[in-house]
Amino acid sequence: MTISRDEIFAKVRENLVNALGVDSDEVTGQSTLMGDLDAESIDFLDIVFRLEKEFDIKIPREELFPAEDMLNNSKYVENGKLTPTGLEQCKSSMPHIDFSEFEKDPDVNKMGDLFTVDVIVKYVEGKINA
Amino acid sequence: MRWIWIDKFVEFEPGRRAVAIKNVTMAEEHLHDHFPGFPTMPASLMIEAMAQTSGILVGHARDFKEKVILAKVVKAVFSRIVRPGDQLRIEAVIDNIADEAANITGTIHCEDQLVAEIALIFSHIDQNLAGMEFPEENFVFNAQFMELLSCYIPSKTVQS
Repeated sequence: MTISRDEIFAKVRENLVNALGVDSDEVTGQSTLMGDLDAESIDFLDIVFRLEKEFDIKIPREELFPAEDMLNNSKYVENGKLTPTGLEQCKSSMPHIDFSEFEKDPDVNKMGDLFTVDVIVKYVEGKINA
Repeated sequence: MRWIWIDKFVEFEPGRRAVAIKNVTMAEEHLHDHFPGFPTMPASLMIEAMAQTSGILVGHARDFKEKVILAKVVKAVFSRIVRPGDQLRIEAVIDNIADEAANITGTIHCEDQLVAEIALIFSHIDQNLAGMEFPEENFVFNAQFMELLSCYIPSKTVQS
């Protein structure tokens, strides 16, 4: 049985409301988790746990969100920007994210903007309808 | 030195569930100030009791190799006040445990009445906060704290 994107969005929104203490109408597809919804690093773990339970899926460490380990690796990050190797690594490990805007200026501080509610919905959709 | 805020475990199912008891008494100095003439247990200390009960449960699940730190209070809803003489029964269940973190949900009861519903997330800090180094020694589960488990006698054994 496949679940529609709207249904996934509704469930993702409900879980974000509970995890982050935000109002339902603050959560749109374009909302960024850190910038708009004030998520902190531990909230990402909370969200992963909730999504696993809600959709009965397994989310491997750092598949949905970027590896902190990776960001501390000089092979991938140089002067606060992702190296070409780092960018390739991100693209292959996170195919649910659109890096086209980001790669023009791959500043690691802007990575947070990549994680929107739509990214989560797309990721979950890929998992359950695979 | 770490402080111990629960009295004993009465049930302990490794990796799954634990129940601890805490007796509340006027010997606790803060109750004289919270509040003068009307001593009640601070809600924050109920969260602490849950954090200790479930923190040991989570630590035990990984053989105490991880440094288990309270990272987020997901939920804390209190239904009644707790006064000196009350005995709290603190029950914690692990919902999920992964390499980097664990989450638990729990309840606190007093004489079969619901006192609190609390949900917490613990971080295994060596697996998170990349780049930061912590002491080799496990400062969370020191010898004094571990006595709580070494003193644990299953209640069923005591009754028989």
